[in-house]
Amino acid sequence: MTAPTLAIDDLRLGFRGWAGTVEVLHGISLHIAKGERVALVGESGSGKSVTARLVLGLVQELRGARYSGRMAFEGRDLGALSRREREALRGDRISMIFQDPTSSLNPVYTIGTLFHEVLLRGTPGIGTAEARERAVAALADVAIADPGRVLSSYAFQLSGGMNQRVLIAMALANNPALLLADEPGTALDVTVQAQTLTLMQQLVARHGTSMLFISHNLGVVREFADRVYVIYKGRIVEQGPTEALFDNPLHPYTRALMAAVPRITGEGIPEIDEEQTGFYAPLVAHPGHSEAELRP
Amino acid sequence: MKRAVFILLRNPLSVLGLALVGLVVLAAVFADYVAPFPDHKGAVVDFLNFNKAPEWPYLFGTDLVGRDILSRILFAYRISLTLGVVVLALAVPVGVTVGLIAGYIGGRTEFVLMRVTDVFLSIPPLVLAMSMMGLLEPSLTNGMMAVTVMWWPWYARLVYNLTRSEREEGYVLAAEVIGASRLHVMFREILPNCVPSILTKMTIDFGFVILIASSLSFLGLGVQPPTPDLGSMVAEGAKYLPDSWWLTVFPGLAILVVVFGFNLIGDALREILGVEQ
Repeated sequence: MTAPTLAIDDLRLGFRGWAGTVEVLHGISLHIAKGERVALVGESGSGKSVTARLVLGLVQELRGARYSGRMAFEGRDLGALSRREREALRGDRISMIFQDPTSSLNPVYTIGTLFHEVLLRGTPGIGTAEARERAVAALADVAIADPGRVLSSYAFQLSGGMNQRVLIAMALANNPALLLADEPGTALDVTVQAQTLTLMQQLVARHGTSMLFISHNLGVVREFADRVYVIYKGRIVEQGPTEALFDNPLHPYTRALMAAVPRITGEGIPEIDEEQTGFYAPLVAHPGHSEAELRP
Repeated sequence: MKRAVFILLRNPLSVLGLALVGLVVLAAVFADYVAPFPDHKGAVVDFLNFNKAPEWPYLFGTDLVGRDILSRILFAYRISLTLGVVVLALAVPVGVTVGLIAGYIGGRTEFVLMRVTDVFLSIPPLVLAMSMMGLLEPSLTNGMMAVTVMWWPWYARLVYNLTRSEREEGYVLAAEVIGASRLHVMFREILPNCVPSILTKMTIDFGFVILIASSLSFLGLGVQPPTPDLGSMVAEGAKYLPDSWWLTVFPGLAILVVVFGFNLIGDALREILGVEQ
């Protein structure tokens, strides 16, 4: 069996402050097999985004960050890489999509210029004409009808949904092995979000890209992911295949999370139980889906 | 571009500023042809016509050795404008680079750079320039140096603050995520977004640089005679107020016109580029 695209073992992270170290992640283990779409679900501040940033090596550069544990990308230990090697992985083998598409694009450059820079990461020395050709093809892939116009526009001249598609096209332009999506499209309205997510799903499947999908939107996760990890206050509390986890949530926190989603059918805003002691119960893995069973 | 012209023309003050600055720049550049007595820029003596009130052909009167004040003002503008350009050309890149590095890298680098900047900012600007000029010998070059030394910290401070807010923007993170180098992020991502503010400040500062340089030469620490300079002309004439008022009033007005003009353009630019104060 080949090494999983991403494997994280017992990842701990703390920030050193005046009053000692504040621990943020308390030992997280997860993995993403090749071509697999994995969701990391949790509330704000549960540590989902910081996990993605650790994988990219963005957190390690912060002063006061203390982390331990092993992160391996395609079998290579990320912790052992030099800063330069880590930078080389970013944008080429690992790419990321953020919440707000419009603010992720520098307002002073045209989409064409930005796209050229992205392509330079994967193909150093690529010329303007060739970059444009590839950009047009990539934009056509994300169902943008007139790539020429989009390439000569600035981000603020395009709609949020358009920018989101541009970002997806950019993120996949260099054929990364791993795509980290940090709440993609949360800043967009639901119809646009649905469209772009469908697009992303198709493209990821076509490119064979593995994906870590970070979200608090359970509806989206259910449609999108093969497997789900539920994270609460820096601990994984439940993991399993999407179907099983949604049909039969085992952990008290997961159950509370699902009960908290307002129904479109109108049953009022769900009441959240103040009693949260059960949330700290240890990790529950669905049968056959614990880390030990999935990873030889 | 169309929008810029529209905003500019909508505001009569902006048009006035543009007209004043345009006039001054043209007059300075073509001083050799425009000035009624081009040779009066140097050490010329004409005792037949000394200390004359404004009358034809001496529109602004003559000074104590009979030189035409209008001609000398035009040549003084030439020096003032050169000084403004040189000072900003030296001070802005230094200040901007310091601000960018301090704001983006942070940590110990930020502490050291910004504290040095604070030290410069804490000394009253004129005192700093005066003490520098006291150490060095007063000349145009040293005057430029002195003004530059007191000017760059303002740009460091401005760009530092801008960088601090820009680096939280999504596109900076996005650039870091695709593996952009620090240099790339600083100069290709953050800097272009600071340009409007820098440009606006430069325009307004241009007038103030001229003002400070004039203050220095008013104190006898800048451009040395016989080279015409607005500040030293005012200083020279001040002894003969109020009788020979033209000796001071016209050079003084000349300073006012250029500072005012650049201020108006700065405000117009702020409006066009949408920079917040």
